[in-house]
Amino acid sequence: MNEWQLTEDQKMMRDLARQIAQEKVKPVRAELDEKGEFPAEIMKVLAESDLFAVFVPEQYGGLGGGCFELCLITEELSKVCPAVAVSYAASALGAYPILLFGSEEQKKKYLPQIASGEKLAAFGLTEPNAGSDAGALQTTAEKDGDSYILNGNKIFITNGGVAEIYSILAMTDKSKGARGASVFIVEKGTEGFDFGKKEDKLGIRASVTRELVFENCRVPAENVIRKEGMGFIVAMKTFDSSRPGIGAQAVGTAQGALDEAVDYARQRIQFGQPISSFQAVRHMIADMATKIEAARSLVYKAASAVDSGMKDVSKLSAMAKLFASDVAMEVTTDAVQIFGGYGYMKEYPAEKFMRDAKITQIYEGTNQIQRDVIGLEVIKESTKKKIK
Amino acid sequence: MNIVVCIKQVPDTTEVKINPETNTLIREGVESIINPFDTYAIEEGIRIKEKLNGEVTALSMGPPQAEESLRQAVALGADKGVLLTDRNFAGSDTWATAYTLARGIKKLKDVDLVICGKQAIDGDTAQVGPGIAEFMGIPCITYVRKIEEIDENKMRVHRMMEGGYHIIDVPLPALITVVKEINEPRMPSLRGKMNARKAEIEKWTAADIACEVNNIGQMGSPTWVDKIFAPPRREKGVIFKGEPAESAGKLIEALKEKKIV
Ligand SMILES: Cc1cc2nc3c(=O)[nH]c(=O)nc-3n(C[C@H](O)[C@H](O)[C@H](O)COP(=O)(O)OP(=O)(O)OC[C@H]3O[C@@H](n4cnc5c(N)ncnc54)[C@H](O)[C@@H]3O)c2cc1C
Ligand SMILES: Cc1cc2nc3c(=O)[nH]c(=O)nc-3n(C[C@H](O)[C@H](O)[C@H](O)COP(=O)(O)OP(=O)(O)OC[C@H]3O[C@@H](n4cnc5c(N)ncnc54)[C@H](O)[C@@H]3O)c2cc1C
Repeated sequence: MNEWQLTEDQKMMRDLARQIAQEKVKPVRAELDEKGEFPAEIMKVLAESDLFAVFVPEQYGGLGGGCFELCLITEELSKVCPAVAVSYAASALGAYPILLFGSEEQKKKYLPQIASGEKLAAFGLTEPNAGSDAGALQTTAEKDGDSYILNGNKIFITNGGVAEIYSILAMTDKSKGARGASVFIVEKGTEGFDFGKKEDKLGIRASVTRELVFENCRVPAENVIRKEGMGFIVAMKTFDSSRPGIGAQAVGTAQGALDEAVDYARQRIQFGQPISSFQAVRHMIADMATKIEAARSLVYKAASAVDSGMKDVSKLSAMAKLFASDVAMEVTTDAVQIFGGYGYMKEYPAEKFMRDAKITQIYEGTNQIQRDVIGLEVIKESTKKKIK
Repeated sequence: MNIVVCIKQVPDTTEVKINPETNTLIREGVESIINPFDTYAIEEGIRIKEKLNGEVTALSMGPPQAEESLRQAVALGADKGVLLTDRNFAGSDTWATAYTLARGIKKLKDVDLVICGKQAIDGDTAQVGPGIAEFMGIPCITYVRKIEEIDENKMRVHRMMEGGYHIIDVPLPALITVVKEINEPRMPSLRGKMNARKAEIEKWTAADIACEVNNIGQMGSPTWVDKIFAPPRREKGVIFKGEPAESAGKLIEALKEKKIV
C-alpha cells in the first residue's frame, strides 16, 4: 500500500487527524510538554471524532480498519505531537491482545468501549527486572477457585492510571518458564489494583508512564485471554501488530521535524541569504526527506502485511520499527542542527521532536532486540530454503 | 424541536479582494468555507437537538457548489441540508437574501428556532438574520452569546453588549444570531463524514419555494452597490510622553500646529 493508493475513507481519516492535530494539538503541545500534562481534552476530541474506531472491526463498534489505519492516524498526530500520538496508539496496544486472541464475550464487552474512545486501554509487560528479558517476569497470578490472584509490579506503563482497561502479563506457572505466562484483562478500580510512581521523562512528556501495583488483586478467570500459558504468544503477536504503529510514530515525528526545519531554513538569513540556499543545508534536507520516504514505505508495507493476515510478519514489523525509529533520531537531530542555536531552545519546536524521537528506539522492544528478531527470522528463512 | 441553521458559503480569506471594475468579489483561486460565525450556529443547533431531540436542518442560498458546505454541516451532526439554488437568485442583496431564506424556511414547516451567524465575513452586513425574522414575523435577538434555558415554547438568552449583556426571555418560534463566545464548535467525526458523503442534499428553486419573481435576485434587490473601495488606513496615533504638565503642553502645541485650537 502506498500513499497514492489510499482509499477515500483512509484519506478522510488522515485529513481529519491532520485537522485535529493542527487545530487542537498544536496550540497546546508546548505547554503540555512543559507541564508533563496528560492531554485528556484532546483524547476526548479524538474519541468523538471516531479515531479510536478505525482499528476495531465493525461488529464491535469500530469502523473496520486495521493496523494501516492506526498507522495513518498515529503518523499524522506525531507530525505535531508524538506524546499525543502515543497516548492514542497505546490504547490500540492495550486492545490488541483482546482483538487478536480475546473470546467473543471479551470482544463484545471491551472493544466497543475502546472503539468509542470512552475508555482507554494499556498494555503491561515491563517490570523492574524484566525489560528486554520479558521471560524474567515476576508478577504472579495464582488460581483460586473461579479467579486468579495477581501480585507484583509493572513499570513504565503508557496510559497507566488514565486507562480503564489493562492487558497484563503475569506468570501462572513459573515452573513452565516461557509457557507459564498468561495475559489478563484487568479493569481500573478492581480491588488490589493501584497506581504507583509516575515518571518524569526526557520526551513524550505529555503521555503518562506509570507504575502499576497489584496486591492480592482478584481477577475473574473469564478475564484470561485465550488460555493459561499463552501469555508470550499473545504478547509477541501483539507486538507484531503494534510495532508498525511505533514506526508510524517515528515517521510522523521525523516529518514534523523536517517540515519545521525546512520552513526555518527558508526564512533564516545568514551571509545575506536564506540558509536553505547553502548546499550543506540543502543536502541535509535532501537526506532527511529521502530517509523519511524510505521509512514510510517500510512502515506502510509492514502495516499492510499485518492487515493482509500474512502468517509471519514479525520480521517486517520489527524492520519497520527499527528503521523508522533510527531515521527519526537522525532526522530530528539534523533538524536541531538546521535551527542552529535556536534549535536548542524550547521556544522553537525542533528540540521537542528530538527529545520525543528517542523513545521510539527503546519501547516495544529496544532496537537491539528488533535486530535480534530480524536476524533470527532471516536465518530461519535461510535454513528453510536449504531443506527444500 | 425543529431548528434551522442558515449557513453561507464564503471565500476562505479575511482579506476579500474586490474586482474594481465589476465591484464583485474575486472568488477564483480562493477555497470556500462555511462562514466561520455560522459554525457556531451549527454547533448550537446540534447541542439543542442533543438536549431536546428534534431535527436540525442546515439551509443555504447559493450556487450549486454551496452543497459542500451543507455536507460539512451534516458531518458535524445536522440531520439534513437544503440548498436554495436558482439562476434567478443571483445578485441578491441582503433584503432579497433574507426574503429567499424566509421562503425556504416556510417550506420546511413548523420551525421553532432559526439560528444565524452574527455576520458573514465577506458581506459583513449582519442584516440577513434580522431580515429573515422580519419576513417571518418572529422575534429576533442578535449577538446571542448564551442560551441559558430553552424548551419547546420559550427560551432565555444572553445578548452580548459592550461591557455587559442583556438577559432576554423570548417565546418560540424565534430567530437568533450568535457570536463566537457562545460555544466551541466540535470537530467532525468519521461517521458523520461518512453520513455526509451519502446524504442527499435537497435543492429547491425559486418555484419550489413559491418566490415572487420581483422579490429575488438582482431584480428584487433594492440595494445598488455604486462603488466599493478600501477606506484609507487610519494613521497611527501620537503619544505625548512626559510629566502631565509637559505632555499636555506638547499636545496643545500639536493642536495649534494643526490649527485645531
Ligand atoms: C516512555 C516509556 C513508555 C513505555 N511504555 C510501556 C508500556 O506501555 N508497556 C510496557 O510493557 N512497557 C513499556 N515500556 C517499557 C519498555 O518497553 C522497556 O523499557 C524496553 O523494552 C527496554 O527494557 P528496559 O528498560 O528494562 O531495558 P533493558 O532491557 O535493561 O536494556 C538496557 C540496554 O541493554 C540492551 N539489551 C538488553 N538485552 C539485550 C540483548 N539480549 N542483546 C543486546 N542488547 C540487549 C538494550 O537494548 C538496552 O540498550 C515503556 C518504556 C518507556 C521508557
Ligand atoms: C463585494 C460585495 C459585493 C456585493 N455586491 C452586491 C450587489 O451588487 N448587489 C447587492 O444587492 N448585494 C451585494 N452584496 C451583498 C450580498 O448580496 C450579501 O453578501 C448577501 O446578501 C448576504 O449578506 P451578508 O453577506 O452581509 O450576510 P450577513 O447579513 O452578514 O449574514 C448574517 C448571517 O445570515 C446568514 N446568511 C447570510 N447569507 C446567507 C445565505 N446566502 N444563505 C444562508 N444563510 C445566509 C448566515 O447565518 C450569516 O451568518 C455584495 C457583497 C459584497 C461583499
